[in-house]
Amino acid sequence: MQGHVVPKKLYFAIFGSLLAMTALTTGMAYVDLGQWNTIVALVIACCKATLVVLFFMHLRWSPRLMRVALLSALLWLVILISLTTTDFFSRDWTPIPEGWESSLLRSPAPPGNLLPRR
Amino acid sequence: MSDGHAANALAHQFEDLEQQHEAASLGMWIFLATEVMFFGGLFAGYTIYRNLYLPGFEAGSHMLNVTIGALNTAVLICSSLTMALAVRAAQMGKRNALVTFLILTIALGLAFIIIKLTLEWRHDYLEGLAPGVNFTFAGLNAKSLELFFCFYFLMTGVHAMHMVVGVGVLSVLLVQAGKGRFGPDRYNAVETAGLYWHFVDIIWIFLFPLLYLIGGRY
Amino acid sequence: MATAEVDLHTRVHYLNAHYGVKSWLLTTDHKRIAILYLASITLFFVVGGIAAVLIRLHLIEPNGAIFEPAAYNKLFSMHGIIMVFFFMIPSIPAVLGNFLVPMMIGARDLAFPKLNLLSWYIFILGGALTLYAVIGGGVDTGWTFYTPLSTTYVNTNVLSAAFGVFVAGFSSILTGLNFVVTIHKMRAPGMTWFRMPLFLWAMYATSLIQILGTPVVAITLVLVAVERLFHVGIFDPAVGGDPILFQHLFWFYSHPAVYIMILPSMGVVSELIACFAKKRIFGYSFVAFSSVAIAVVSFLVWGHHMFVSGQSIYAGIIFSALSFLVAIPSAIKVFNWTATLYKGSISYQAPMLYALGFIGLFTMGGLTGLFLATLAVDTHVHDTYFVVGHFHYIMVGGAVMGYLGGIHFWWPKITGRLYPDGWARLAAAIIFIGFNLTFFPQYMLGYLGMPRRYAIYPPEFQVLNVMSSAGASILAVGYAIPLVYLIWSMRYGPVAGPNPWGAKGLEWETPSPPPTENFEQTPVVTEEAYSYGK
Repeated sequence: MQGHVVPKKLYFAIFGSLLAMTALTTGMAYVDLGQWNTIVALVIACCKATLVVLFFMHLRWSPRLMRVALLSALLWLVILISLTTTDFFSRDWTPIPEGWESSLLRSPAPPGNLLPRR
Repeated sequence: MSDGHAANALAHQFEDLEQQHEAASLGMWIFLATEVMFFGGLFAGYTIYRNLYLPGFEAGSHMLNVTIGALNTAVLICSSLTMALAVRAAQMGKRNALVTFLILTIALGLAFIIIKLTLEWRHDYLEGLAPGVNFTFAGLNAKSLELFFCFYFLMTGVHAMHMVVGVGVLSVLLVQAGKGRFGPDRYNAVETAGLYWHFVDIIWIFLFPLLYLIGGRY
Repeated sequence: MATAEVDLHTRVHYLNAHYGVKSWLLTTDHKRIAILYLASITLFFVVGGIAAVLIRLHLIEPNGAIFEPAAYNKLFSMHGIIMVFFFMIPSIPAVLGNFLVPMMIGARDLAFPKLNLLSWYIFILGGALTLYAVIGGGVDTGWTFYTPLSTTYVNTNVLSAAFGVFVAGFSSILTGLNFVVTIHKMRAPGMTWFRMPLFLWAMYATSLIQILGTPVVAITLVLVAVERLFHVGIFDPAVGGDPILFQHLFWFYSHPAVYIMILPSMGVVSELIACFAKKRIFGYSFVAFSSVAIAVVSFLVWGHHMFVSGQSIYAGIIFSALSFLVAIPSAIKVFNWTATLYKGSISYQAPMLYALGFIGLFTMGGLTGLFLATLAVDTHVHDTYFVVGHFHYIMVGGAVMGYLGGIHFWWPKITGRLYPDGWARLAAAIIFIGFNLTFFPQYMLGYLGMPRRYAIYPPEFQVLNVMSSAGASILAVGYAIPLVYLIWSMRYGPVAGPNPWGAKGLEWETPSPPPTENFEQTPVVTEEAYSYGK
């Protein structure tokens, strides 16, 4: 027999924690924490995901390679989101001079076949 | 299980069952990595637009029903439990338990989909909140609210499609389990399907706060 | 050689083990699947090549010799979509990779043979959908599908082309998945990571890119399709969407995609240089690590396609610096190949000619990439023929030459026959000359200001355009010749033994063509890679 057999009690304990954290995250939404609401919700979501990954998906007892696969994917997602965000966040840093609209040359309206489809 | 059964279980390209099992698990984990990136594109777009248009996203999020969202989250968590127990049953060669737990998982998955379609999507459509199909909201932040609902339907829709595929795969496994195909030496298919199922659950674990709980409900 | 012929027909190997169309279309043998891919991508190469010929014929005249601008837009789009997604990306991984990965690590097959066959069917389905789109009506957005043109303004077959590419992407993902699992889990006893041939390191790195990048372009195409079908505004500024977001998501894959196209070729070149210089690759671990480094850093540079798109200039600075960084591992490879050649016992069979051509042309293409990575220069040459010259030097002068070199090198192993090397060397020379005549003038055209994707151009550019078109006709001849003699050799070529080149590697230690299970017994590896004795 290959693979680690997990005791049922552990599964139920994780299950209970997941339900509790769901209730917690729902409840916290009704508490005014301002900016922190989002962060708390995401932290709880990460904890839930970690429990599912480690225990339901057996990563706790799996070869290190699987962990590397998962962590690489998460790192790549961070790369995608963070480098894209640097563009959007830093657009405001280059000030656009006042009155630029008046320096635009008036261009003719586009021909009929270039109008939007809808 | 008899030796003959075990001999059938080993595919010709592998040296032994352990190599086969590890290859199957690694294969599924790598596939899940691709799914992280697939959903990741949607999460990236969501992140950008939420930061640009927070008022509209908040307003849209407040129009979603938190109770139903939380209920659906609980439904999926239950289905992850039953799936984990199904894999355990396969590992231990307990055919009846395996069949039972697979049926429960499929039922919970279908419940999720039905709740989403009938109680949420249909309601949003009737309220005029379905971009491109029936969007009639004309109040404050209408355009960014529409963008929010684009992402809402896209993210929950792609997620729901993954659930449908998961239900399909589990149904096939259910039929095979009923015929006694799985045992301690051949349960890779159940385990890898379980990994996929848990992953779909995890995606929802993140979708719930990101879509339903923007800006709090106080 | 009559006995060798007889032996070829009486010995059981993967080509004659089973007969009939079903035995090919339902095969799970990685070697047969490689041949299915070989036939398919050759077909796509011919279609994309015809589009290229038509483009070059059209551009002989400043006012365009053949097509109206609307039709010309469809032509270069067709050329790009087919060549990128249905020839370049699958070429080496799906053909040489599928054939060689199990053999080079001493395995009987890949980890997931049935998934491998599914990969091919998915590829064919995607290809059929895309061919329908580009030929039946056409797509005119370029292979880059930029929004809002593709989502809001054009009435062409964007949906079916996007869907075809979406489907084909899964073929790429599954192939990469198969290779990674195989290389991790199925190496023969004694085959440690650092005894693997560098081709395997290259395939591994390529697979990492396929796995992590392709899903992002998949979801991006879904977003484009949703926006077209439902008229929603994810990328439409009128409702708050941002077209630049599309470009970020698109190039996040499409830049690493170009490394999917070049890394396998670099792996082939390592094999060719070692064999035809009869020498160990200099700096083996540097070359191995540089493959992985290229794969990783390639994901950090995508914004260099967007310097003038409206992206923030600070993001541009970051992407520019990172783009300079990604050139370093490529340069490391070039230095190591050159050092391998030094004091090697060099012979000039066709595969070696392709490898040497690769080194020179890839270096040129890579250098011009650095020019493009420089923000100030790129502002001048972005969207001009300079870019077209740059990427064709890398993809055609680099990747395709590596592919042809590999096909020639492993042809005896794949078919059991030798091709006529005289003709092969002639073809390689014709390709080299034709290639340079086609694409070097394009650097000059771009620098002088001729924009790309334009159906007409100012008359002062005509001389260079005609030179480029003349070169294209020579290049076409050069590509046609191997098609002829390779097919000829399958029937009439002299029978090859197990190791006609005297090369090192597990694939050369089994008969040509190999038996279905690759090896009589699982090999045990005791030597380092490239143990040529120096």
